[in-house]
Amino acid sequence: MADTTPMSFDAAVLTEPRGPKPRRRLSRRNIFLYGTLLLVSVYYLLPLYVMVVTSLKGMPEIRMGNIFSPPVEITFEPWVRAWSEACTGINCDGLSRGFGNSVRILIPSVALSITIASINGYALANWRFKGSEVFFTILIFGAFIPYQTMLYPIVILLRELGLMGSIGGLVLVHTIFGMPILTLLFRNYFTSIPEELFKAARVDGAGFWGIYFRIMLPMSLPIFVVAMILQVTGIWNDFLFGVIYTKPATYPMTVQLNNIVNSTQGVKEYNVNMAATLLTGLVPLVIYFISGKLFVRGIAAGAVKG
Amino acid sequence: MDSSKRPNRLFRNLSAKIASIPMILTAVVVFLGGTAWTVIYSFTGSRLLPKLKFVGFDQYERLWSSRRWMISIENLAVYGICSLILTLLLGFTLAALLDRKIRFENTFRTIFLYPFALSFVVTGLAWQWILNPDFGIQGVVRGWGWESFSFDPLNNPDIVIYGILIAGLWQGTGLVMVIMLAGLRGIDEDIWKATRVDGIGLFKTYTRVVVPMMRPVFVTALVIIASGIIKLYDLVVAQTNGGPGIASEVPAKYVINYMFRAQNLGQGFAASTMMLVSVIIILVPWAYLEFGGKKHG
Repeated sequence: MADTTPMSFDAAVLTEPRGPKPRRRLSRRNIFLYGTLLLVSVYYLLPLYVMVVTSLKGMPEIRMGNIFSPPVEITFEPWVRAWSEACTGINCDGLSRGFGNSVRILIPSVALSITIASINGYALANWRFKGSEVFFTILIFGAFIPYQTMLYPIVILLRELGLMGSIGGLVLVHTIFGMPILTLLFRNYFTSIPEELFKAARVDGAGFWGIYFRIMLPMSLPIFVVAMILQVTGIWNDFLFGVIYTKPATYPMTVQLNNIVNSTQGVKEYNVNMAATLLTGLVPLVIYFISGKLFVRGIAAGAVKG
Repeated sequence: MDSSKRPNRLFRNLSAKIASIPMILTAVVVFLGGTAWTVIYSFTGSRLLPKLKFVGFDQYERLWSSRRWMISIENLAVYGICSLILTLLLGFTLAALLDRKIRFENTFRTIFLYPFALSFVVTGLAWQWILNPDFGIQGVVRGWGWESFSFDPLNNPDIVIYGILIAGLWQGTGLVMVIMLAGLRGIDEDIWKATRVDGIGLFKTYTRVVVPMMRPVFVTALVIIASGIIKLYDLVVAQTNGGPGIASEVPAKYVINYMFRAQNLGQGFAASTMMLVSVIIILVPWAYLEFGGKKHG
């Protein structure tokens, strides 16, 4: 359905005897089309709306009113409390701690996983050696193995390395599990770069690292951005690895959020809970709305080829 | 390396090999080795610590006679089948609607896809709040005067899994829609013209011509959805934590409970091996179809 010929022109040619029928904006088809889309949009937007509205209300108002009504009195106190006072167990310093941990996990994980995967992808695309494709195939199939089968061996591995419970250990885990998809992404991208370029550089005497840093890296900025989007959202949203490989002091934001909201003691403060939930979702949401097409490209590249 | 004018074959390979060490280690040690380790230890009686004391199929017998595991499997089956069908159906329908040269296509796509950027924990907590019996949808409808209205999936053991399904669909359909949209965009304009010339109806064009042409896209979507279903864990933990009682337990949660909470490692290993087996059952036919004839890649 490319935008080559307008619909009315086609209709004119195809239903010649009747002559071109002017398209009404409010045809039955359009009402159905936009009606369905709007209805579905409500389903998709509702949770976000409810979260925002709830987080801006005071507790009395929540108990009285209904979750869909906009706040009568807007208060930002729940946000402040979620950030700096919400309790997990005995710690009452809010989500800020989890946010800090998530940032400290995120930055090295993204850097390390992308560095390693891009070099892997480059080696697989341009410097194939005997067995490289075998390892790559294992890696890709590894992406489908349920994490549960590898959880405990990694516990042993991290214990041996002295990294169990530390942020460094979690960084390693994210690097390992991000590797299949990222390697695939980079390998496919580097394969699409014309081989003549690579050959010319070889003739000029550039080696493995020379070509990587001087030719491949500058040419592949877009794919690095895609990989970063993929990793930042993926690692930020991780819950499973966080809950298993870290300890309460180093819990990432998602784990801390779950502990805050689902803790059984005390009175439930729904407004604080929703503010905390939104705070945790904010980072990937901002990335999503800023990156737009690149985000779509990232998941499409990751998904369709996987 | 950089200065050598004509590196010989061995030298060239060496550099790439050194650079690939992390990949090789991950593939062989973690993925292959780790999986094999878990499978082997699933035949042992390990409890707090892994011990190589083989007990045959004892762990598996106990697993399949455990009520909790049966509930987990049943939940996963219901969630899996429903989510597979509905995600494909909704994803394709939405993609087809967006593909009808509509206005505000980007806006709609942004709306349908944004939940995918959110974590399962955030998704689960948001829907836990919306489905809250006192303040959520049920409470609101009752507030309108319909006192007997009942919609409380998260506290009803019989339908709790559908409550999770609603949240799961909300989070994941956008991804499938994007994949389907890419597939639809790949269909030649001439096909549409030809069906119009032949006077084939729109619905029939989609079901008889377009969908069969998009078979590879559907297969890809299927594999993605299926591998996501088996990993179902965070959503359940956040939304219901397996409750009420054990009514919304899933296999991934069973594994983690036995490995890290109940200190019954062998049972956890056996359950995770069963998860692996189910993945293989899905994956092998797909890999055979996809890569059977031609070379990988």
